[in-house]
Amino acid sequence: MIQFILKRISGGVLTLFVIATLCFFIIRFAPGSPFTGERKLPPEVLRNLERAYNMDKPLPVQYLLRMKGYLSGDLGLSTKYLGKRVDELLFPSFGTSLQLGLLGFCFSLLMGVPIGILAAAKQNRLPDYLSSSAALFGICVPNFLLGPVLVMAFALSLHWLPVAGWPEDFSGEELLKLILPAVTLGAVHVAYVSRLTRAGMLDVLHKDYIRTARAKGVDERSVFLKHALKNGITPVLSYAGPMAAYIFTGSVVVEKIFNLPGMGQHFVDAALARDDAMVMGAVLIYSCLVILFNIAVDIGYSLLDPRVRLA
Amino acid sequence: MSALAIEGRSPTQLAIRRFAKNRRAMAAFWLVLAVGLSTPLVPLLSPHDYRVQKLEFQKRAPDATYWFGTDPNGRDLMVRSFYGGQISFAVGLLATVVSLVIGVAYGATSGFLGGKIDSAMMRFVDILYGLPHMFLVIIVMSILGRNFLVVFMVLGCFSWMTMSRIVRGQVLGLKEKEFVEAARGLGVATPAIIARHMIPNILGPVIVYSTLTVPTVMLQEAFLSFLGLGISEPATSWGLLISDGAGALNPIRVYWWLVVFPGALLALTLFCLNAVGDGLRDAFDVQQR
Repeated sequence: MIQFILKRISGGVLTLFVIATLCFFIIRFAPGSPFTGERKLPPEVLRNLERAYNMDKPLPVQYLLRMKGYLSGDLGLSTKYLGKRVDELLFPSFGTSLQLGLLGFCFSLLMGVPIGILAAAKQNRLPDYLSSSAALFGICVPNFLLGPVLVMAFALSLHWLPVAGWPEDFSGEELLKLILPAVTLGAVHVAYVSRLTRAGMLDVLHKDYIRTARAKGVDERSVFLKHALKNGITPVLSYAGPMAAYIFTGSVVVEKIFNLPGMGQHFVDAALARDDAMVMGAVLIYSCLVILFNIAVDIGYSLLDPRVRLA
Repeated sequence: MSALAIEGRSPTQLAIRRFAKNRRAMAAFWLVLAVGLSTPLVPLLSPHDYRVQKLEFQKRAPDATYWFGTDPNGRDLMVRSFYGGQISFAVGLLATVVSLVIGVAYGATSGFLGGKIDSAMMRFVDILYGLPHMFLVIIVMSILGRNFLVVFMVLGCFSWMTMSRIVRGQVLGLKEKEFVEAARGLGVATPAIIARHMIPNILGPVIVYSTLTVPTVMLQEAFLSFLGLGISEPATSWGLLISDGAGALNPIRVYWWLVVFPGALLALTLFCLNAVGDGLRDAFDVQQR
């Protein structure tokens, strides 16, 4: 187990290295610099700035300096917000994005799995048809369309929920602000998760051990929830890895719609401003999360199915 | 041969017949064709222009003159929605062509050469798969600037990996088949083997996967445009229109038509294209990866 985790972490570090290298050269090979913005700077100021940001050195040296910084845990300086470090800019917003992502993730599992079980239990009957139409709807209504529609319906017309913003404390009223963003972020995945659960359950329900359980007189409820679910859920687990990546991409959009102080808007603004340290910082943090998540999923897999060997 | 009473049918012909019998897929096919054809027709036939701003007609609710209402700059939303659809469709199709060309060329080369070159080429694809794809697209888009050409080229260049895997798998399998061996034994040249024996056999999966790439790419274009990184004014696309509509949301008055009309067109198109893709997959009997 420990060997497996170490192996995966070293693989993850390699991936992060490739990502960092790629981002650095994509941004730097493009013409223009972060300081040739709308405001023209006097040449002396520009030269001093470039020296301060190591940009007067040749590109390979800059690259090595950046990588050396990462090894010692230094994310570098932002060129957009002069004088600010990338970590002090990103870490407050990182918390928001992480919480939003986890909420969306939990929402899609907590909705998707029961819907899938229900659809499998009532195969080819009304609940099944309802859930498959809902899944289709989820697939063709992207989050950037669902978000505004939900805001119009539940916030602006019915006034049930707040329009936008992030909770400032843990009072009930403030926490209501989380509902629409979490639903918007998770809805597409509810569709996929419910379909995968249904397929996985139907696959398992025809197995012999389920028939044995029924023959022994185990009631339907525990046949489904205890015997079948444990094996039927594995397709969902293998989707959970890619889903984490989709959720973080989606949170860029959701943060924009609901005006949340997350990392997504920072990332897009930084990309537009050629702030390479910020962009790389944000991408590396997102990638780190996805990699860690995938390791967790694989461990979960082996816990659920002892036949899966971690290697 | 021609004297035989039974007419031979190619697998492609058989697949087309099976597809024509699938009512859901056929309905989706005609519907998406209708939407696709009306995207150039509506702006052509409409008395309004997608660029003309009438400041006295800002944000008008749908009525007899402006069927979809008007946008915050007083432009007719119906013409803009269909004109934007033109761009969305064009990006979807062109990016798919780009990914098709790269994916088929890469996959076929890898599968055909085999051995060490093949494993090196496929290892490269594995690495690309592991990268945070949409984040890289956002970085590239923000650097290269926001125009039509850049959008579809970048999206195409980032979505060929699955296609190359499919083609490589097919080619690898076909290379070992007896009929290819027989052709080679009869002295048929390699280009002729590729043209006559390989291509017809990988056509099915390639068609199916391309059809499913179109909605994916359209969705990515809309995503980028929504973030302000895709198509930019005065041109428009569904993603940009939805973004404008979302930007006009306010507690005083709900301008629902700004989001609902372009959104409904986008959702309908995505739905139909997915349904057509699924229908084709059933018709060609392609196993998913």
